[in-house]
Amino acid sequence: MTAPNDQLDIAALEMSARTGNTIMVLCQAALGIAILLTWQGVSGRLVDNFFISNPLDVGRRLIGWTLDGSIFIHLWATVYATMLGFIIGAVIGAVLGIWLGISKFASRLLNPYLNALNALPKVALAPLFVLWFGLGIESKVALAASLVLFLVFLNTFAGVRQVDQDLIDGARLMRATRMQVVTKVIVPSALSWLFAGLRVSVPYALIGAVLGEMIASNRGLGYLVQFSGAQFDTAGVFAVLIVIALLAMVLNFVVDIVQNRMEGWRIVSR
Amino acid sequence: MTGMIEIQHVSKGFRRGDSVVEALRDFNLTIEKREIVAIIGPSGCGKSTLLNMIAGLYMPSKGRVVYKGSAVIDVNTDVGYMTQKDNLLPWRSVRDNIAFPLELAGVDKAEREMRADTVMKQVGLDGFETRFPTELSGGMRKRACLARMMLYGAETALLDEPFAALDAQLKLVMHELLLRLAAENGQTVVFVTHDLMEAVTLADRVIVCTRRPAMIALEQKIPLPRPRDVLNVRFTNEFKELYDALWERLRVEYQEERV
Repeated sequence: MTAPNDQLDIAALEMSARTGNTIMVLCQAALGIAILLTWQGVSGRLVDNFFISNPLDVGRRLIGWTLDGSIFIHLWATVYATMLGFIIGAVIGAVLGIWLGISKFASRLLNPYLNALNALPKVALAPLFVLWFGLGIESKVALAASLVLFLVFLNTFAGVRQVDQDLIDGARLMRATRMQVVTKVIVPSALSWLFAGLRVSVPYALIGAVLGEMIASNRGLGYLVQFSGAQFDTAGVFAVLIVIALLAMVLNFVVDIVQNRMEGWRIVSR
Repeated sequence: MTGMIEIQHVSKGFRRGDSVVEALRDFNLTIEKREIVAIIGPSGCGKSTLLNMIAGLYMPSKGRVVYKGSAVIDVNTDVGYMTQKDNLLPWRSVRDNIAFPLELAGVDKAEREMRADTVMKQVGLDGFETRFPTELSGGMRKRACLARMMLYGAETALLDEPFAALDAQLKLVMHELLLRLAAENGQTVVFVTHDLMEAVTLADRVIVCTRRPAMIALEQKIPLPRPRDVLNVRFTNEFKELYDALWERLRVEYQEERV
């Protein structure tokens, strides 16, 4: 008697959860429309159109850029710099994290310098990167990489440091070479930390790329937002902001998918 | 005559905050090749420290540990060490964990999996090859550690409370397995236990330690014949006499602890 009741209850609960979700999506959409309508209504009446533009102009700008294809050049430039910066920063950060995590001497030696570099706002390095790497994509990649590098480094370092000493001792007793201890015990053990570092650093790669483009560039979303601002083109600025926000959402979505995969492979879960 | 393992005037202290905790004081013990030695004593008396020093994971504060004629100054790779805490690698399946020493030695995949499967059957872990350590019970993890140590095939086996987490039947199976393998491979075995029955059943010699700092309170040879029947040996008169004598001494030791 109880079993069918329980099943009914579960079904009812799932149903109500689903309708709850649908209602929430509708509410979110309604809020978005309300904001757009208010924006449109306020613009030109309460606040000067010059300052806040209006949704219709922004929409027209987006459609125009999409139709003539110009937005894709900028979008690709930013995505490319983000990805390249992410990869370079992640590799250097991971290698540095593992190396310093293993070598007590190196980590103690470099500790004050790394702290100083980490505390330094990386944006302040941008002029240097422009001098070294020029106005092209390389300086944006460098800025994105410098942000990613420290996040990945700190996480990997912490991960290597918390590797269970008993596991290392056990492997050494079984005649593991130093290299084998690193590749078969330390790295796999620190992997979940490394992935946590990679995950948090994805948005920072985008920030680095966009900032780099804003400082000195002739393409990319950062350049476009800067350029539109300089032209007093408020609608253009808003349009680029929307593109950047969408790009960030897509990146987060990709990271979520990758992480779910990793958990499926038991790399992240312990 | 020199033994396989010689512990010569070993003292060991650990710094804990401002004070020093003395785990062992002037400990002397010689263990012969192929001997099976049980070390028994109150908890926290430094028995595990002793094994750690034979394995070369800790260095003595004073004195030295000599293994086959040379002082142990680094990790002693001639020993297989089964620690109290199981140190299986959590990201590897049970089979890959057990085959780990072979993988380190560069044995190819097919052979090491075959050999791992053989020992897994011996310790009753067949059917769990692809599971992960977190999916096993405590007793199964212990058995996996034992299987891994067997596969490593060290000439000396150090075991720290190896069978504490097992139920009575399984304990007997493991006892038999340990004795058989030690005899087959000519291994020297040093194990720490709290279980006097286990100590007398398995060992050639039982060492009773005092409470911390550990010193040898009593050494007792166990002249029961080998091969021993781990199930029935406990019902013989010789066993009972040895057991009672040791128990009496142990009782005194534990009473002193309480005072």
